[in-house]
Amino acid sequence: MNFLDKNISSMKLDILREIGNIGAGHAATALSTLLNKKIDMSVPDVKIVSFDEMIDMAGGAENVVAGVFLRIEGDAPGSMFFVLPLEQAEIFIRELPGNIPFRADELPYDELALSALQELGNILSGSYLSSLSDFTKLSLFPSVPMLSIDMVGAIIGTGLLEISQVSDYAIVIDTALNEEVQNTDAVNGHFFLLPDPESFQIIFKALGVPDHE
Amino acid sequence: MNNLLQVVKVGIADMNIVKTPSLIRTSGLGSCVGVVLYDLSAEIAGLAHIMLPDSSLAKGAGFNSAKYADTAIRDLVSLLAKSGARSSGLKAKIAGGAQMFKYSSGSDLMRIGPRNVEAVKQELSFLKIAILGEDVGGHSGRTIEFNPQSGELMIRTVNKDQVII
Repeated sequence: MNFLDKNISSMKLDILREIGNIGAGHAATALSTLLNKKIDMSVPDVKIVSFDEMIDMAGGAENVVAGVFLRIEGDAPGSMFFVLPLEQAEIFIRELPGNIPFRADELPYDELALSALQELGNILSGSYLSSLSDFTKLSLFPSVPMLSIDMVGAIIGTGLLEISQVSDYAIVIDTALNEEVQNTDAVNGHFFLLPDPESFQIIFKALGVPDHE
Repeated sequence: MNNLLQVVKVGIADMNIVKTPSLIRTSGLGSCVGVVLYDLSAEIAGLAHIMLPDSSLAKGAGFNSAKYADTAIRDLVSLLAKSGARSSGLKAKIAGGAQMFKYSSGSDLMRIGPRNVEAVKQELSFLKIAILGEDVGGHSGRTIEFNPQSGELMIRTVNKDQVII
């Protein structure tokens, strides 16, 4: 498959969407267990986007978020982001056991709060990846997740480095997690899965998709 | 006469040029470096948002010169020259090149910020363009905006006051 091929077959797009579905589904369950409340997820959005478009998907270059970034290592390397709006990070931390003080507008951030946020990202992306690994029978494991509270553009720009050596576009599998609250449909968190260009072939092969499809 | 202040935006791995009274801006520089080249006498400035230090890192088809320090700066110089800047009068200001994630695994790409800065400086010194201001390194993202008339580069960082260099 040519990575830049914008005519990726609808079958392949469906498979990528299913990957997002399974992965984020497990992550949503993990989050729901952790916070002891209902968490909804959106139908995954699979898109071939320019870097600028990807940054816009996450809220725009200057938007300040809590971003957990990790590299996927193993058979099909890639990058993964869990992006949370700052207010939502604040809510999540308050809902975690332990009464950790954290306010998005109060600096410096509490070390424990940052560590909790990082752990949250770790648990969610870990469950995303392990379900993906079960589904594809590929060996995939996460690097130590890294947390940054900063502008979206600055965080995502770093995660795009691997892909940027090959292409000006990325295939992103985007799933939003929503806390189920009445009268709001605010998007609370985004998972972005960005397989490295050469990983697509490996994923499709593992799932038995013929090359010419 | 239209005196409306227009701000030209430059995306990631992109470049553009402006003349007075417009301003030029790029948002969310992380490990990327924003390179401003300008000629004050002609009131013209160019900005490149580079991602990688060296075009030899490029693999595959579809080469985008604005992505790499070496090719972006060279192309920006010729773009400015075509639009009336004197190559000998060009000065530079640079910002960015942060390390966004502190706990890095062994990957070389995680230390790309400092490497980008180094590559930019090397290319500028090769072209004998003086750097009159810089705000590089650290661990924070930056948004920068340049005024070709005053030669001022405004830098905004999350949770910090904005600075002008």
